[in-house]
Amino acid sequence: MFKKLAIAAAAAIVLVPAASFAAGGSEGHIENVKFSFDGPFGKYDQNQLQRGLQVYTEICAACHGLRYVPLRTLGDEGGVGLPEDQVRAYAAENFEVFDAELDDYRPAKPTDHFPVNTAAGAPDLSMMAKARAGFHGPYGLGLNQLFKGMGGPEYINAILVGYTGKEKEEAGTILYENTAFPGGWISMAPPLSGEDVDYADGHSNDLHHVSEDVSAFLMWAAEPKMMARKQAGFLGVLFLGLLSVLLYVTNKQLWATVKGKKKA
Amino acid sequence: MSGIPHDHYEPKSRAEKWVESRLPVIGLIYDTLMIPTPKNLNWWWIWGIVLAFCLALQIVTGIVLVMHYTPHVDMAFASIEHIMRNVNGGHMLRYVHMNGASLFFLAVYIHIFRGLFYGSYKAPREITWIVGMLIYLMMMATAFMGYVLPWGQMSFWGATVITGLFGAIPFIGEAIQTWLLGGPAVDNATLNRFFSLHYLLPFVIAALVIVHIWAFHTTGNNNPTGVEVRRGSKDEAKKDTLPFWPYFVIKDLFALAVILVVFWGIVGFMPNYLGHPDNYIEANPLVTPAHIVPEWYFLPFYAILRAFTSDVWVVQIASFFTGGIIDAKFFGVLAMFGAILVMALVPWLDTSSVRSGRYRPSFKWWFRLLIVDFIVLMWCGAQPAEGIYGTIALIATAYWFGYFLVLLPLLGVLEKPLPQPDTIEEDFNAHYGKADGAAEATPAE
Repeated sequence: MFKKLAIAAAAAIVLVPAASFAAGGSEGHIENVKFSFDGPFGKYDQNQLQRGLQVYTEICAACHGLRYVPLRTLGDEGGVGLPEDQVRAYAAENFEVFDAELDDYRPAKPTDHFPVNTAAGAPDLSMMAKARAGFHGPYGLGLNQLFKGMGGPEYINAILVGYTGKEKEEAGTILYENTAFPGGWISMAPPLSGEDVDYADGHSNDLHHVSEDVSAFLMWAAEPKMMARKQAGFLGVLFLGLLSVLLYVTNKQLWATVKGKKKA
Repeated sequence: MSGIPHDHYEPKSRAEKWVESRLPVIGLIYDTLMIPTPKNLNWWWIWGIVLAFCLALQIVTGIVLVMHYTPHVDMAFASIEHIMRNVNGGHMLRYVHMNGASLFFLAVYIHIFRGLFYGSYKAPREITWIVGMLIYLMMMATAFMGYVLPWGQMSFWGATVITGLFGAIPFIGEAIQTWLLGGPAVDNATLNRFFSLHYLLPFVIAALVIVHIWAFHTTGNNNPTGVEVRRGSKDEAKKDTLPFWPYFVIKDLFALAVILVVFWGIVGFMPNYLGHPDNYIEANPLVTPAHIVPEWYFLPFYAILRAFTSDVWVVQIASFFTGGIIDAKFFGVLAMFGAILVMALVPWLDTSSVRSGRYRPSFKWWFRLLIVDFIVLMWCGAQPAEGIYGTIALIATAYWFGYFLVLLPLLGVLEKPLPQPDTIEEDFNAHYGKADGAAEATPAE
């Protein structure tokens, strides 16, 4: 029966590509990026997340909100990891929120969320890194995602560096050609051009670095518990593996009295 | 409880006798756990335990998730993010519940195909099979409604498409659809009733599982040979069987542990792999996603649903003879439910006197092709409904129906089965040889 399934699976794999040459379409091209948090043992790079936060605050936040992200989580371990006083200062310096009790705006506190921003009609970025998949193939099977990950942050990065410089006007809106965007034309003007921010740690601020930093930050924004999750995954696999071994031995011994020698 | 002769529970102490004469619950547990089980069961028989585990896992994680979830169109999506970000361990709970559904369906499909290969549906196990099919239907309903609760884009549009199926029923369809949705479109009323039913149905499933187990504990398990356990005497039955505890409990638990290693790996390292990215975008009735794709476990039947477009000749004939009452959409709906119905009717469609596929030389190959067919349908369901995919889906759908409605009735008549072993003991010994301890287990031959 195991053989049977193997045959079936093999047949399916042979059948599938033969029939799928008609696939494809207007999906943009997404380049894989080696992020520090890739793979089962990958971790967020705290410095990179802090740089990404700076990029978001100085550039993206002008149009995009992060409505589902509580500001206090900037201080959480396994993430951006700002000290508590810096979180408080960051919130107060950068954002104002409407307080229903005061009936007025006041500086944001760590207990608030990043503000909603719908001014330019730009999408919220809280879950953007999980709401886009960079890799789908081959043949729509999604197997590439098994090896490269879903490609959410790669998609964001590809958009940020994917501008060709061409523009066109359509129904009163200016569209910008972008190699990563489905359909090829995006209404967001190129947000980065390189050297857009000055990093305090002196890290390179060319276009690719800035773009990767903010992509990594947005992955954190979408999945702040990734480190805890991977650790739980690792421990669970380890202990369940151990349990499997113990049960295997128990089972072997239990059945030894009823089974004779296996015939070749 | 069981038709196979075996030792029953005898209360010994005064306390046991006191309880047993008032409520024979210890006897019930004893008979259930010690049920004689064919000793030649192979590894394809472990999925029942996996399914029972999945049901318990989904109910337990689900009950905790409900404590933090808000079933309202304005708050549902945010409450999921609240679970993911603020609730202690909430992100793990939710990922386990999400991927638990996938494990549940993986297990149920293997369980069903195991039954189809070894003829587990044949007399006298038809009721076990029918109850199993009801459980499967309930599972699909539960999973579908559960997927709506996060109120993402796929939740919303999936609900719109699937409830739209009922709208395809001639004359009364629209009224039924409105009644199901609680309004003219998917909205707060829909979300609330789906939430209510998503909580209710697992307990209905649990009740049906008890009936399912009761039924096959009455007939005894099928086994890879399809040969029945000898029931002439307790000694005879003992040669063919071993008690469920400890032999099969430990074996099943070992298999479950191995499966959970993989499951936990997926939850820990790639929890969103089986989901759809669009469901991390809040539902928006004004924006339709480019491709509306159901969860992977619905894809084969989704492919059957979409296969029948108005240019397919069977659809045109049906439409012509019914004066247009049966259009392409309704035909697709009928085909989708029909695909499950033919599977439920398989005890009466299969005419072969031989139960196990092991002794059916040509059936084996048609069965393998059915598995390939199922995988092809699944892949088709994930592709856009255009061009070559429609044709492939149509051919695969034809095979699905052909297998149940044409091949199974014919094969029983045409096929010359291979010789079967006389007893389960014979099959077991042919694989493992006679045990050293066989003298103890089967005394006085």
